[in-house]
Parts: sequence; C-alpha cells; structure tokens
Amino acid sequence: MIPRPLKSGGILALIAMAAFLVLLSCNPADNQSTFEAASPEAQKLLDLLAIIGWAAVAVFVVVEGILIYAVIRYARRRNDNTMPAQTHGNTPLEIGWTIAPAIVLAVIAVPTVIYIFDLESEPPEDSLNVIVTGHQWWWEFEYPEEDVITANELRLPVERPVRLLLRSDDVIHSFWVPKLAGKVDVIPTNENRLKFTPMETGEFYAQCAEFCGVAHSHMRFRVIVEEPEEFDAWVDNYHELASRPAPTGDSDEAQGAQLFASRGCLLCHAVNGPASAEARLALKEGFERGELRFPAPNLTNFGTRGTLAAGLLDNDPGGENLRAWLTDPDEVKEGNRMAELATVYIDPDSELTALEVSQLAAYLLSLK
Amino acid sequence: MVEQTTTGLNHRKMLMWLFLGSDCLFFGSLIATYLIYRGESLVGPFPEDVFSIPVTTVSTFVLLMSSMSMVLAYSAINRGNMRAFRVWLLSTCLLGATFLGFQTFEFYEFANHERTVECQPGSQIPECLAGATKYKEDYGLTPQTNLFGTTFFTLTGFHGAHVTVGVIWLLSIVGYSFIGGRKAQRVLTDKQALSVDLAALYWHFVDIVWIVIFAVVYLIGVGVT
Amino acid sequence: MVTLGNALSGALRRPTSYNGVWSWITTVDHKRIGILYGVTAFIFFLIAGVEALLMRTQLARPEQDVVSPEVFSQLFTMHALTMIFLAIMPLTAAFFNFMIPLMIGARDVAFPRLNALSYWIFLFGGILLNSGWIFGGSPNTGWFNYANLSEQPFNTGTGVDFYVVGLLVLGTASMAAAFNFIVTILNMRAPGMTMMRMPVFVWMTLVTSFLIILAFPVITVGLIELLFDRQFGTGFFNPALGGDPVLWQHLFWVFGHPEVYILILPAMGIISEILPTFSRKPLFGYRVVVLSGIIIGFMGWGVWSHHMFTVGLGAWSNSVFSIATMAIAIPTGIKIFNWIGTLWGGSINIKTPLLFAVGFVSLFIIGGLSGVMHASAPADAQQQDTYFVVAHIHYVLFGGSIFAIFAGLYYWWPKMTGRMMDDNLGKLHFWAMMIGFNVTFFPMHFLGLQGMPRRIHTFDSAMGWDLWNIVATVGAFFMAASILIFIHNAVRSLKKGEIATSDPWDGRTLEWSIPSPPPVYNFAQIPQVHGLDPHWSNKYGDDGHSAPVPVGGGAEEVHAANHEHADEHGDDGHGIHLPGLSYYPVMLAFGLFVAGYGLVFYETLTWAMAIIGLGIGIVAAYLWSFEPAEEDHESDD
Repeated sequence: MIPRPLKSGGILALIAMAAFLVLLSCNPADNQSTFEAASPEAQKLLDLLAIIGWAAVAVFVVVEGILIYAVIRYARRRNDNTMPAQTHGNTPLEIGWTIAPAIVLAVIAVPTVIYIFDLESEPPEDSLNVIVTGHQWWWEFEYPEEDVITANELRLPVERPVRLLLRSDDVIHSFWVPKLAGKVDVIPTNENRLKFTPMETGEFYAQCAEFCGVAHSHMRFRVIVEEPEEFDAWVDNYHELASRPAPTGDSDEAQGAQLFASRGCLLCHAVNGPASAEARLALKEGFERGELRFPAPNLTNFGTRGTLAAGLLDNDPGGENLRAWLTDPDEVKEGNRMAELATVYIDPDSELTALEVSQLAAYLLSLK
Repeated sequence: MVEQTTTGLNHRKMLMWLFLGSDCLFFGSLIATYLIYRGESLVGPFPEDVFSIPVTTVSTFVLLMSSMSMVLAYSAINRGNMRAFRVWLLSTCLLGATFLGFQTFEFYEFANHERTVECQPGSQIPECLAGATKYKEDYGLTPQTNLFGTTFFTLTGFHGAHVTVGVIWLLSIVGYSFIGGRKAQRVLTDKQALSVDLAALYWHFVDIVWIVIFAVVYLIGVGVT
Repeated sequence: MVTLGNALSGALRRPTSYNGVWSWITTVDHKRIGILYGVTAFIFFLIAGVEALLMRTQLARPEQDVVSPEVFSQLFTMHALTMIFLAIMPLTAAFFNFMIPLMIGARDVAFPRLNALSYWIFLFGGILLNSGWIFGGSPNTGWFNYANLSEQPFNTGTGVDFYVVGLLVLGTASMAAAFNFIVTILNMRAPGMTMMRMPVFVWMTLVTSFLIILAFPVITVGLIELLFDRQFGTGFFNPALGGDPVLWQHLFWVFGHPEVYILILPAMGIISEILPTFSRKPLFGYRVVVLSGIIIGFMGWGVWSHHMFTVGLGAWSNSVFSIATMAIAIPTGIKIFNWIGTLWGGSINIKTPLLFAVGFVSLFIIGGLSGVMHASAPADAQQQDTYFVVAHIHYVLFGGSIFAIFAGLYYWWPKMTGRMMDDNLGKLHFWAMMIGFNVTFFPMHFLGLQGMPRRIHTFDSAMGWDLWNIVATVGAFFMAASILIFIHNAVRSLKKGEIATSDPWDGRTLEWSIPSPPPVYNFAQIPQVHGLDPHWSNKYGDDGHSAPVPVGGGAEEVHAANHEHADEHGDDGHGIHLPGLSYYPVMLAFGLFVAGYGLVFYETLTWAMAIIGLGIGIVAAYLWSFEPAEEDHESDD
C-alpha cells in the first residue's frame, strides 16, 4: 500500500506533467499540425476543437478527480470490518447526472450543427475551381478555367476562395490539407466538394488520409499558396512550357527528350500541357481499351515543382533525388505503378543506363 | 424429464424464433441492397424486360398453398393421424419443390432472354442482309450483367436456398416417420409435436419472406429503370 | 440416411470418458468450454500483441524498414481482426460460458452441444483467418476492408478471401453462442430470479447477445456480396457496373457500431459486478445501470454514419448522426456516475480486481471524452483516420474492454481454477499495464492532432512526429512486459497458488455460493432467489437500507451442504442428468473449416474441397439431430 501523502503528491506531479506534455505537443509550427489554421474554414474546426476540448478537459478533471478521491477516501483500513451504509441509489442524483451531461452536450451540439451547414454552403461565384483526382498513389489537379493540369502540387492564389471537386480514378482516397481544411473522402462514384479560402502564403503539407493500398503512406502532396501575381505568372509559365518545342541538338536535355519519347514515358506522362477535350477523351478510351498504360502525372512544368514522387522527395535542382527515383522507383516508393508497368523497369533488356537516367533527369528539370 | 423453463416457452422454440428474427435482418439487408440499386443499372435488361408477372404470380400462389398444406400436416400430427400427416407433409414438399422448379425456369429464362431489334440501314446482321426488318439478339440477364442482375439473383437465390433447406428438412421428417419406427411416432408427437412445429415455423417464415420479395421486387419493381 | 446415421452412431460409440484430451474435445460442459474459450482467446491475444509490437518497432523511428509496406498493412489488419474477433469477443464469451449459468443458478446452458459447436467453429475460424500468414498473404485492407480497394483489380491475392471466409465462419460461431445465451438467460433462471434480479453482467450479456444476432446478419450480407464480387464478378461494390463502394461502408458500420457495444457492454457488466463486491455495497442505481445498458444497445443502431462523416453524406445526415452520437454519451455517463456512486461511501477493499475495475472506469472516461470530440462532424474532419482515432479506440477497447477482462480474470480466477492469484504480482501487473498503456496511447492523441494519419507504414522526420512515436513504442514494450507478469502469476497460481475458498471476495452473486471450482453439475440444489445479490442476502440478510449483520445459516453452511451432497453421490453418481459428450460439434465445425478453405482456394482446388467440407458438416448435423441430448438411460424401448 502506497502511503497517502505520496499518492496525492504523485497525482499532482502527474497532472503537472500532463499539462507540460500538452503544451509541448500542441505545436502549431509542425507541418501538418491542426493547431494552426491558415483559412477561416480550418479556423472554425480549430475553434470547435477548442470548445469541445476544453469542455472535455473540465469533465475529465472533475470526474476523474471524484473517482480517485472516492477510491482513496473510502479505501478499507486494515482490520476495519465495519459494514458501510447499504445505499441502493438516489433518484435526484440520477436525474441530476442525466441532465448535466445533456446540457454540456447541447452546448457542443449547437456550434457543431451551425458549422456543418456553414462548411457545406455554396462557395462564392468567383471561386477558383480545381478538379482534384486521386490516383493510386498521386494527386492530379486540373484548373479547367486556366486550362492547366498538374500533379502533386496544388498552387493557389492567396485570399481567393477555392472550390474543389474531388474525384477518384480508382479506389477511395481522402484529401487532407490540415492547415487549410478538414479532410474529405475522394470516392470513385460520388463527386465530393470542398471549399476554403487560404489566407496565408506558404507551403502546406498534405497527404492522403484513407488507406488506399500499399503506397498509401507515400501519397503526399503540397499546397502552395502565393500572391495572385505569382499564381498568374505560374499559369503563364505553364502555357509557355506547353507550347515550347522539345529541345534539339546534342545537349543532355535534348537526348533526354528523345529518350522520354522512345523509352515509352510518353505513353502515360503528358508534357505538352492539357490536351484538348477530344484528345483527352481519346486518351481515356485508350486506357480503357488497355492500349495506353495508365494515367500518370502530367509533367509539363515538372521543373517548377518542389517535390517529386507525390511529395515524397525534394526535387533538388542538382537532380540527385530525381536520378535515384528514375533509377529504381520501387526502392524510393514501394508499390508505385511506374515500377510495375513501365517497360524500362519490368524488362531487364531495356533497363535505363546511368547516362540515360541523367539525360532524362536533365530534360525533366529543364521543364520550367 | 419434463423440461421446465422460466418463461414457459420451450428452449428449441425460443431458439427458432430468435433465429427467424436474426434471419429477418439477413433478408432485410439483401432487400435493402436491392432497393438501393433499383433503377441504378447502367445497361439492360431491366426488370420490365424480363419479368413475367403472371408466371411469378402462379409460383407465389403455389408457395402460399404449401403453407396451408403445412398447417394441415401440423394439425394432423397433433391429432395423432400419422397417415394424413405424411400426406400433407409430402404435399408441402411437392409444392415447395414446384416453387423451386418455377424459380429455376425463371432464372433460365432470364439468362437466355432475347429481344427484337429493328434492322438499321446498312446493318451487317445476317437476318437484315436477308431482307428482314427485325431480328433477335441475346439480351440475357446474369449476375454479372448489371446491378439488377447482381441484386436480383442474390436476393432470390438466397431465398431459394432457404426453400431448399426447408424441403430437405420436411423430407427428412417424412423419411424419419417411416424408418424411425415407434420411437419416431413418439418423438414426432412429443411436446405438442415440437419437431414438426419448428419446421412449420421455418416454412411459414420463408413463405412470408417471399411475399415481401414478390411485392418489392416484382410488383413495385416493374416500371422503374 | 437415418439407418446410415444409426449405423454410424453405433460405429462411433458415444464418447464417455471424462478425462484426457478426448474428454475436452467432446465436452459439452459450459465450464470446460469457457476455459477452452479463455485459453484459445488468450493465445490469439498474445499473437495480436506481437503484431502490434512489430508495428510499433517499425514506427519507432522515421523512415525505417523493419517490415515492408505490404507486411505492415497485413499487420494492422490482422492485429485489429485478431484483437476484436479472436481475443476480446471470445474472452468475454469465456466469461459468458463459465459464469452465466452459475450466476442465474442453472446447471448448464440451454444447448450444450450448440455451445461446443460455437467454440469449435470459433477455433477453426481463427485458424482459417490466420492461415493467410502461411498461404499467400493475410488480409491487407484494414479491418473495415473498404471496397473497392478490397476488390479486383486492386486486390488480387487471397488475403481478402481469408478475411471474408474467416469472418463468415466466425460470425456463425458468435451467432450460435448468442442464440444459446439468450435462451439460457431467458429460460433457465433459478426460481425467483426475475429479470430485475439478474446480475448486471447477465443483463449485459443478454443485450450483447441480441446485438450479435441482429448485427451479424448485416455483415454476413456484406461479406457475401463482397465474396460474389470477387469470385463471380457481380457488381455490388464495383463502380464499373454502377455499384457504389460506399454501400459497403454502410453495411459494415451498421454492423460495426453495434459491434463496438458488443465489445464494451460485457466489460461494463464485469465492472458492475466487481465494484459492489469490493466496496461491500450494492450497485448504485441498479435499475438505471441496466436501463442505460439497454438504451446503449438500442442507440448503437442509430449512429453508424459517424464513422463516415468525411464520406460526403450531406449536412443533414452529418448533423443527425452528430447529435445521435453525442446523445449516446448520456447513458454512458450515467453508468460511470453510478459506478462512482457505488464506490462512494463504501468500504473499498483494494485488491487487484478492484484496481483493474477502477482502471477501466478512469480510462473509459478518457475514451468517452475523445469519442465526444469526434462526434462533432466538423471537428472529426481533422481527427478521422488519424492517430487521434487510434488513441480513442484503444482507450475504449484496451483501456475499456481489456482492462475489464483482466479485472474479470482476477475476480473469477479462484472460481474457475480453485486457486488464488498472487495479489502483489497482480498489483504489479496493474501498475505496469496502466503506465505502459498510457505511455503508449496517450501520445497518439497528440500525433493525431499533429496530422499523423493512421495506417501509414512510415513517416518523414520533418513532420515533428518523432518524439511521440518513440515514446509510444517504449510504452508498448512496457505493456508487453506487464502481460508477462500476468502469465507468470497465472502459471504460478495453477501450481502453487493458495487454495481458494468458495467465496474469497465476500461476493454477492450465486456463483460464490458453490465450491471453487464448481462441481460438474454446478448446484446440488437449485437455489431459490428472493432479491438482488442473493448470495449476499443469504450471508447478511437484507433488510433494506440499514447496515446488514451476518445471519445464521450463512454461506459456509450452504457450501457444507453442497459438499455433503457431492460426497454422498460421488462425482459420477450424483444422480443429476447431465448432457452427454458428443463428437458432432467438432465434426460439424471441422466441415465448415474445410469448406472455408475450399471457398478461398476454389480456383486451384475447384469446388471439390468446399463440397467435401459441406458434406462433412451435413453428415455431422444429421448425426447430431439423431443423438439424444442427454446420456441415453432409457431410450432402448
């Protein structure tokens, strides 16, 4: 039996430690921390967490306190054989502790319902539309009005509302940028919507939140919120890249561009911006007939991206990570479709040489 | 030893009621699946293409009659009339088997359904080339064809399996009444003919489920694509 | 068929030995079946624990390669399935089996052979589900196995087939047991034991059993539809045919949420037995506790969509399910308050079972509060599918169910084995497990709110998740060590534990009125019940609210009478009709087992194996139905 003073001292120490740990842990600076909100929508979720969280902490302290107090206070003393009063219950008490939690819950339920309807309301007309498509295991972002299709990096202008249409090409995924919005599932049969208005510029980490197969852990992406001018420049740059002719000559880039076509990369990866609607339809039908391999990330402005392999590695300007990725994708991201489907990875006879890898890398990095 | 129970209800009878309650949820989920996918098929054939309400009405009537025959069998065994009992029980089996025959016929018909199509100008179909204005093409329904096929065959198939189990059960009782000798006489008439009572409960349940399926799938189902 | 049956019955003479391995294989004694359930489930508990340790090792540091992503997905899937279906449910079933007849004053369950069948199907189902480790891969899609990831072409191995067939088989076992317990509880109570005099554990078993027989058919349909999609190309959850994968989620969670209460209500029942015993006070608000248990059972059906707040079901649906989910906190809270009311003013005997029971209450409060936090759909958008939810379910199912199961084990151990466990070792186990548990799972709340999704096999060190992951891993190994203390204590007790009296804890309910361990017939004389806590009133009288004093003719004399009766007749000639041993339950279960493999491997083995298995099952069922339930004394007429 532990002596009583030690016991209550221990409890105080525990509470102090818990408080310290909580402070240590709610670090808003962490990349995917939900304790920092960069949009009014995320702020609402954070407010709700604060209301319910503090209510929970209060209930926790009171109930747990009474429980521990009761056990210590009424612990049987040694050789004490007296019989306690045999109470069977107490109706006013029962009514009391039915009503009290009901009131607390009602207090929580009101903002909950208000926010549910608020977050599902229609976004403003001038919102930026983006169609998000989840693939095993990467993200496709299509800006229909801007005529841009890109992958794994969602660029948004600051302070402009965004309306996302969420679709899936295969299984269920979940779109989650913790600092910008709560997660919404990405489902092959239903088109979901999500709206938010990013209010801070910066780079936001994000990742798939619904288990979607072997490379689920590596299905990440970034949201880059920038000034409207920067965003417009990015769009213009994209169109410039889409119409830029492939490099010619003996340079590494030119060799890489040739390899990109001759080694089958073009079967799945587009580099000329979004094709026309008909061309895209033809591509999709090609996929369905099994003539084309698989939808893969559009690489038109690959050189502008900060990451590669769905937010997994830094896209360093020296190309070190890119070369590692091109040499053995499965080593970097186990289970990825490219290693499973591309001839250069499944046919030992057509393996890429180190030179070819660096030429391809040079070409891809030049796409900026 | 006479069994005494707290509620007065026999253990096995209570078990049967609980099982039927549980089975309600089983069929409930299958019917719910059917209803959720009603009209969601991407391609035909649709219910109105294949259903023949008159035929299914007849088979439904046959199954209803089997319930009546079951009641008569139960009443016969309660009176200790073994001969009448066997006759009515066998007729129940026969009616149940007839229902299953209808179902097999229906499944076969659906799977081999055909439809008449008008010849289009320039069509390469042999009949059209031969100068006909219409020709027949396969328009069969299988579980793989569309959501209607998937849900229809699963729901009615599981019901058919229940009927099959019932027929085997009743046949076993008939067989036992012949082979089991005096002991069978005693067992079958024991405790308000409990073993027949349980089989009857099951049989009526399967029957009622069919009424629901008939109403939901056939009667309401037609006309919605 | 019948003559064949008779011939076979003659050839396979009815087993008669009450000793040796065959006596266990053919047993229909609820106490032996309870022990079989307990031992088997505990082994599965250890297996699932090892799976958890492997995952924690992989996640101890960022970017580790202890196991491959594929193995990691099999580990988290099998850890959950094993803990839920092969550890917690059967461990509570062990208590149902051993204790329910004793607590209601019955000599066995209503259907002893069906009871044996439940056990054998459970055992074979557990082996079936786990055999993916040997044959071509275990299920790898998470325990809720979301379609269409679980379908072609995204999942081509046999893992999901093991999932489907394993759960179908295990569902049969659970349902058979649940039918049995409902009939037993409703029909076999000792005279005078009205419904409102039943121990709360019996009540919770009843509610749980109803949940099982109503919830399992729903998942059965879901599993059958998935099986058909995978093996016959139907379109239930296949978008190519217009099928909606979200339907699987509905079917799964309509089952899955009641399943949560199937796991927690028996735990609440155990706690409601232990707290009064060790406080020397009746349960505070017995009627309210029972009623709130029933209400939880009902409300459990109306909240399934709170697992689907992020699916996009619309504002109205999310609002309704948010409020319904919050409302379920009210009856849960009432139970907690009544437990505290039971302790309040009592004379609390701080023994190991009491510590585990109080541990349950304290941890369940945390699990309940985090549950309310994601009952709010918008707040859940940040918590769903993160480690916050992992923390929550472990506070409910480990801090809740497992702590309560250990409380029950320490409490009923003397009744089951006739020996006491060492209380000091028990307390050491409690504190080690309590600390290990909180060190493992509390940090997961932070991890979740820091944005760590669940089911990822690794993470980047830039995310700020390093610290709490290593802490959780250390805690997990600490917890594992605490389980070793328990195993040591249990083994030690069986060899040289103090011999238990019939009533070592000054108990209140009927199981404490008979010897430890109970004789095969349980009660020499079926007791007459006059109120709640019949054993307590026999010992102390029950004159309402005043402090009771021990009365004459108390417990010890009743035991003496029981012992005398047993001695008089001897164990074999006690003159009480007991159900005979039977081969058929294990044979029928074996048939299902074979058929299960046939279903999984039908492509390589054709349908022959499934048909053979089914054939074995049908023959067993026939033989069974012609085998009299009781030993044949007078049937040769």
